[in-house]
Amino acid sequence: MGLLDKHFEDRNIVITSVDGLMNWARLSSLWFMQFGLACCAIEMMAAGASHYDLDRFGVMPRATPRQADLMIVAGTVTIKMASRIKRLYDQMAEPRYVISMGSCSNCGGPYWEHGYHVLKGVDRVIPVDVYIPGCPPRPEALLEGIIKLQEKIRKHSLVEESGVKSSKS
Amino acid sequence: MGEIIANNKNTNLRTEEMVVQMGPQHPSTHGVLRLEVTLDGEIVTDVKPHIGYLHRCFEKQCEAMSNYQQVIPYLDRLDYIAAISMEWSYVLAVEKLLKIQLPERVEYIRVIMAELQRIASHIIAIGTYGLDMGAFTPFLFLMRDREMILDIFERTCGARLLYNYFWIGGLSHDVPLDFIDRTRQFCNKFKKTIVEVNNLLSYNEIFIKRTANVGVLPADVAINFATSGPVLRGSGVNWDLRRDDPYSIYDKFNWEVQVGKGERGILGDCWDRYMVRCREMEQSVKIIEQALNQIPEGDVKSAIPKRIRPNVGKMYVRTEAPRGELGIYLLSDGSTSPYRVKARSSCFVNLSVLPEISKGAMFADLVAIIGSIDIVLGEIDR
Amino acid sequence: MVGEEILNILKEKFGKVIVNWKVKGVYNPYARIKPENIREVAFFLRENSHLQFDYLMCLSGVDLGKGMLGVVYHLNSISKKHRFTLKVDVTRENPNVPSVEMVWKTANWHEREVYDLFGINFLDHPDLRRILLPDDWDGYPLRKDYQVQEYYNGIKVPY
Repeated sequence: MGLLDKHFEDRNIVITSVDGLMNWARLSSLWFMQFGLACCAIEMMAAGASHYDLDRFGVMPRATPRQADLMIVAGTVTIKMASRIKRLYDQMAEPRYVISMGSCSNCGGPYWEHGYHVLKGVDRVIPVDVYIPGCPPRPEALLEGIIKLQEKIRKHSLVEESGVKSSKS
Repeated sequence: MGEIIANNKNTNLRTEEMVVQMGPQHPSTHGVLRLEVTLDGEIVTDVKPHIGYLHRCFEKQCEAMSNYQQVIPYLDRLDYIAAISMEWSYVLAVEKLLKIQLPERVEYIRVIMAELQRIASHIIAIGTYGLDMGAFTPFLFLMRDREMILDIFERTCGARLLYNYFWIGGLSHDVPLDFIDRTRQFCNKFKKTIVEVNNLLSYNEIFIKRTANVGVLPADVAINFATSGPVLRGSGVNWDLRRDDPYSIYDKFNWEVQVGKGERGILGDCWDRYMVRCREMEQSVKIIEQALNQIPEGDVKSAIPKRIRPNVGKMYVRTEAPRGELGIYLLSDGSTSPYRVKARSSCFVNLSVLPEISKGAMFADLVAIIGSIDIVLGEIDR
Repeated sequence: MVGEEILNILKEKFGKVIVNWKVKGVYNPYARIKPENIREVAFFLRENSHLQFDYLMCLSGVDLGKGMLGVVYHLNSISKKHRFTLKVDVTRENPNVPSVEMVWKTANWHEREVYDLFGINFLDHPDLRRILLPDDWDGYPLRKDYQVQEYYNGIKVPY
């Protein structure tokens, strides 16, 4: 349901639900924290450059977690880095989302068997919303992941159903 | 300029030194690098780099592989911006142990791919360096050309960033039919982009003010710290492995080694290192054009051995990657899996020079110095 | 200069500390030195006017098996354009090697890495601590008998 579907003749008044308005605002301007760890960060940079533009989705890089609402974990997470990721995730303000980009942050990637210092999946320390497979995923795959996250946000509700925890935080 | 202010001590304010963490997550540290900076006001008195946040156990992984060929995808992921150059060192080491004679077509294609990769890697180095200094436009212009290079790679071996293309004894795929035309088109376009970048960034007054006379690395310190690549050549040392420790067919081409000359400041400053990279891109285009004219016909898979089982032996081989010298020390115990693979990475050694050259600089200059050393944490931490 | 000539100059001064060598028919000619004397040999190789080995290309650790660990030094000369290799062997019970950080400053980080991954102790190193792994990691991973720990600070390490 688009936001501007129901409007009166003079097009200055729009009717929507509060949920629809809040979700539309949140998904249209997902500012992500630049958190490039390894190879997937280069594909993230390429996605942000002019060929596969991320800015047309409203997605902009921010340097600090305090001003970001999306963390794209792009690259291998090591055990030395895991506690820092937890701290950065805690510093983000709600509503906050996490995209795990690439095979290494999904499940440990090519290092799953013999990598003693690799964390086998970033979801061992923080909750993840969308997983993007690939080694590295193409920039189009990252765009699809962001669109999937936008669809997930569109289904959110401000009111929690009884007995069901909200999936936002 | 930092030194002038640091020596100006005719003030009797009591100050204390402050320790600031430029943490693993930072937009300007080019990856997960942690710097513990000790500051006296704005002047840096000491920098301690802490690395290991991307240690992916490359060497242990290689020992666990059952086959020499299976190691190659892990080499790509060392310096992921210049993956072809990483593969070349290892493949050269195994080929020397096995004493394989390569077909000429393979050598020519390897040189063309490596020089294309060098251009792509320097594009990222220069583009992100401009981003660090606050110039956003050269980054976007250069990434447009990088997409052309990645397109050529994708048509050849199917991957944009991490290729697994150089195989022991040959290549995984022969080049497609339109390879020569596309590469010539790219070379013609890129010559104009270099002129654009020089106008926008290299000779820009603000850029020169931020990078000239900053982070000066004298030549004898550079040699003692075993730096390599543009960091060593920027200090005036005329040393390039493609000419001085030759491998493959670089002696068939007409090109020049670019050395810093101290044009805009003291010899060995950030601007010299940056300019060496810019000029190396022009030389790479020259090499590619000559190679495209001379490339012979042949079969790229004819020399690939069916079973790779080198004799017991040790081999240390190095090649000129875009960031410096990549050395591979390979120990074989006569079985089909490597006993020890040690990767001597250029960025690991180049980064160790950072505390030496940033004493007395301002905090903002630290960003310029790190960018000019051009580090990739995948190679440092392995 | 070829490996044989370099070895002859080395033998004149340090004949007693060379354990064995191989300079013919190998891509990397080498000489094996007794561990206690590596620093003086390194100084000599750097200062001698015919040799001038001013560039330490690589310093790596090796697990040789049978209770022995080794350190390999690959040297290069920028002015003379020749190469040579030095090797040192130590036992696992007593893995002590004098540091060559005073000769080539680049050895600082290389030796820290060998200490981190193999547990070889470098004497007189100014700052010998772990470089790649966290400071409280257990064990030396690149040794052949290394067992991965189950948990590190509450995080599960294996898959």
